[in-house]
Amino acid sequence: MSTTTLPEGNAAGDFYDLHEHDHPEGHSTMLGFWIYLMSDCLIFAILFACYAVLGTNYAAGPGPQDLFELPLVALNTAMLLFSSITYGFAMLSTQRGSVGQTQLWLAITGLFGLAFLSIELYEFSHLIHIGATPQRSAFLSAFFTLVGTHGLHVTFGTVWLVTLMVQVARKGLIQANKRRLMCLSLFWHFLDVIWIGVFTFVYLMGMLR
Amino acid sequence: MAPQSAPPYSPIFGRLSLDALPLHEPILVATFCAVAIGGIAVVALLTKFRLWGYLWNEWFTTVDHKKIGIMYMILGLIMFLRGFADAIMMRLQQALAFNGSEGYLPAHHYDQVFTAHGVIMIFFVAMPFITGFMNYIVPLQIGARDVSFPFLNNFSFWMTTSGAILVMASLFIGEFAQTGWLAYPPLSGIAYSPNVGVDYYIWSLQIAGVGTTLSGINLICTILKMRAPGMGLMKMPVFTWTSLCANILIVASFPVLTAVLVLLGLDRYAHTDFFTNDFGGNAMMYVNLIWIWGHPEVYILILPLFGVFSEITATFSGKRLFGYTSMVYATVCITILSYLVWLHHFFTMGSGASVNSFFGITTMVISIPTGAKLFNWLFTMYRGRIRFDLPMMWTVAFMVTFTIGGMTGVMLAVPPADFVLHNSLFLIAHFHNVIIGGVLFGSFAAINYWWPKAFGFKLNEFWGKVSFWCWLPGFYLAFMPLYVLGLMGVTRRMRVFDDPSLHIWFIIAGLGAVVIAAGIGAMLIQFAVSIWKREELKDETGDPWNGRTLEWATSSPPPDYNFAFTPKIHSLDAWYEIKHRHVARPTEGFRPIHMPSNTGAGIILAGISLVMGFALVWHIWWLAIGGFAALIVTAIAHTFNYKRDYHIPVEEVEATEAERTQQLAAAGA
Repeated sequence: MSTTTLPEGNAAGDFYDLHEHDHPEGHSTMLGFWIYLMSDCLIFAILFACYAVLGTNYAAGPGPQDLFELPLVALNTAMLLFSSITYGFAMLSTQRGSVGQTQLWLAITGLFGLAFLSIELYEFSHLIHIGATPQRSAFLSAFFTLVGTHGLHVTFGTVWLVTLMVQVARKGLIQANKRRLMCLSLFWHFLDVIWIGVFTFVYLMGMLR
Repeated sequence: MAPQSAPPYSPIFGRLSLDALPLHEPILVATFCAVAIGGIAVVALLTKFRLWGYLWNEWFTTVDHKKIGIMYMILGLIMFLRGFADAIMMRLQQALAFNGSEGYLPAHHYDQVFTAHGVIMIFFVAMPFITGFMNYIVPLQIGARDVSFPFLNNFSFWMTTSGAILVMASLFIGEFAQTGWLAYPPLSGIAYSPNVGVDYYIWSLQIAGVGTTLSGINLICTILKMRAPGMGLMKMPVFTWTSLCANILIVASFPVLTAVLVLLGLDRYAHTDFFTNDFGGNAMMYVNLIWIWGHPEVYILILPLFGVFSEITATFSGKRLFGYTSMVYATVCITILSYLVWLHHFFTMGSGASVNSFFGITTMVISIPTGAKLFNWLFTMYRGRIRFDLPMMWTVAFMVTFTIGGMTGVMLAVPPADFVLHNSLFLIAHFHNVIIGGVLFGSFAAINYWWPKAFGFKLNEFWGKVSFWCWLPGFYLAFMPLYVLGLMGVTRRMRVFDDPSLHIWFIIAGLGAVVIAAGIGAMLIQFAVSIWKREELKDETGDPWNGRTLEWATSSPPPDYNFAFTPKIHSLDAWYEIKHRHVARPTEGFRPIHMPSNTGAGIILAGISLVMGFALVWHIWWLAIGGFAALIVTAIAHTFNYKRDYHIPVEEVEATEAERTQQLAAAGA
């Protein structure tokens, strides 16, 4: 296994790369970002686990069926799913090298993201208003933390998206910006996948309890 | 614990007031005076010799993995002295507090001391040491010029340092946690720990944890993406393999710590009910989650040092490592198994016989790959031409000591035995036996082994041996009595004792700590004497031990770019192959070398995080919000900097390499 490629002699060219080229810029970025996403996924895994363990501890307070409004959550889910599709269109425009279309689709993605966040904030404020606060029971602590952490990620994604739009406007679709768009793309779709989990596990299964 | 009331609050200073300064504690006042005088002296000297610019440009803002590695080692060493001061205070307290004496430490202070000792030794001594070794050595061993993300590397270091500074600040401003190093709720909840101690704990670990996670991602990418041509995974040096596995463990476990500390923080700051006694909270969730991080963590610490021992055993036996393939597979097995044993930390907490049996068996299974490693080292030594230099002495000390610690570990893995030994001094003796015998002895072996690579001169042998011969018996003297006491049923974290028959064992353990202190002193003298007499100890060859892996192929210390020409790899011991075949070092045809540029963004971001952490500890909300905003703005501003690299001009490479040619000729190599 380890001695199959030994050259015969001792020519320097066999043991040193005499004609090497620079590592291309950003050669490890995608791998690194994937690993980061998986570490982030673990944080969500822990929050899901907490919800699984604590999610029925209502402490004589309200449960999912008293609180969740599925039509609203369905609307919210649609916003996030649409934002993923429009981000996909932004990436296609990037592939074609069209700055204008990329910016347009990014802007639409951002608006869908903001719509998602607004609906979520409305839901949270409504829950708090009727007394279902994170302090009320372990179920609500776990619910607000899981959903809220996802919401915080979307918020950061939106800030990042605006930053990238400024950078694309300034520098165009240079290699570095394409790479950054690609990373945000992964991040955005990742949040979509997490939301599918939240939607199913927290909202749908909560209503079935 | 005395009942504590929540402190008064002001909108400007939060909970911070003059009462937070421990003016009534003579030990702390004296320590503070010593630290302040020392600090002022250092600042004055740096200013007098105009070194601030040099430090900032060459060290603080550097993205060179070698300098960052050295800074990690300095951080670890400084924090080691603090952690050891805590240790010797505990030994003194326990040796005094007999026959009606209360000792000299009041309960609230003693509880902080044992908490800080554990936190510091794990997070701010052992972690910086292994991260330092991995940072310095891994890129050299794989023939790379730097890590995958050089800026992140600098940022990671400063985040770890900010965490350490926050812990140190708790010594003089307020207090540290009084909960033990894992801060189990409900004790660590706001109801039972209303003061700032646990908040210092949470925020220092969160800030340092960001650094650790990012450094893990960085090193995984470096190892997977930046190996020299021809170096397949099964041709990687063992240290690089163990580093890879340790970093995978970091990335797969530190997020769990982050999440669980966030939840504990929410319980304390937002009064949620994750781990509370009422409103449906469940403290066992915390205990499970923290050990799902905590058990992989101990393998994060030991795996890289298994790699160190492998390199040292092969080098100083003058043979290639016995059973390389089995070594790699053993490492991977340990990596996976380390996730399947966490429950053995709380067999007594009511999981039932079936669950306990499962985790008892998985725990015992881990000793199989570990045993395979030990036999590989022994067979490497067998019929080798062994040179007992300092690194090899530490390695042999490790093999004996770690085996004893491993055996007591297997005893603890038996659930019925654990019911007797749980939370006793037997456990304390066991994990110090493996952490000191494994991680610390390994770090000392690695320091003695790689110091000549980092600085171009060897360490003084005499003082190194003095240190070794103090440490080794000192360790046994300090910890074997704890096994005895543990078997007699003495529990951990006790401050005073009623039974006078136990006294003699605590006195022996205290003497052991004094002998260890002499070992630490000798080691500091060893460093000082070596730096003072560096001309006599100089190594011009870059390969003082007749090494086998690529870090010995370049000069000591290596140039910024590590290798003028990237080596091509054909076999496991790449440098041995080059030496063995008398391959001539290429001396012409150099090219400009592409390198990353220094940046101050890392230290600035970490500094802001430190301020924000301090503000959060003391509930200074305006400062916390301002710090957070500054963090975001600075991070975004940093992304607008697109010029992050440069080329070292070919003339500079030629000049450096010509100097190296002369150096080698003078050394007769």
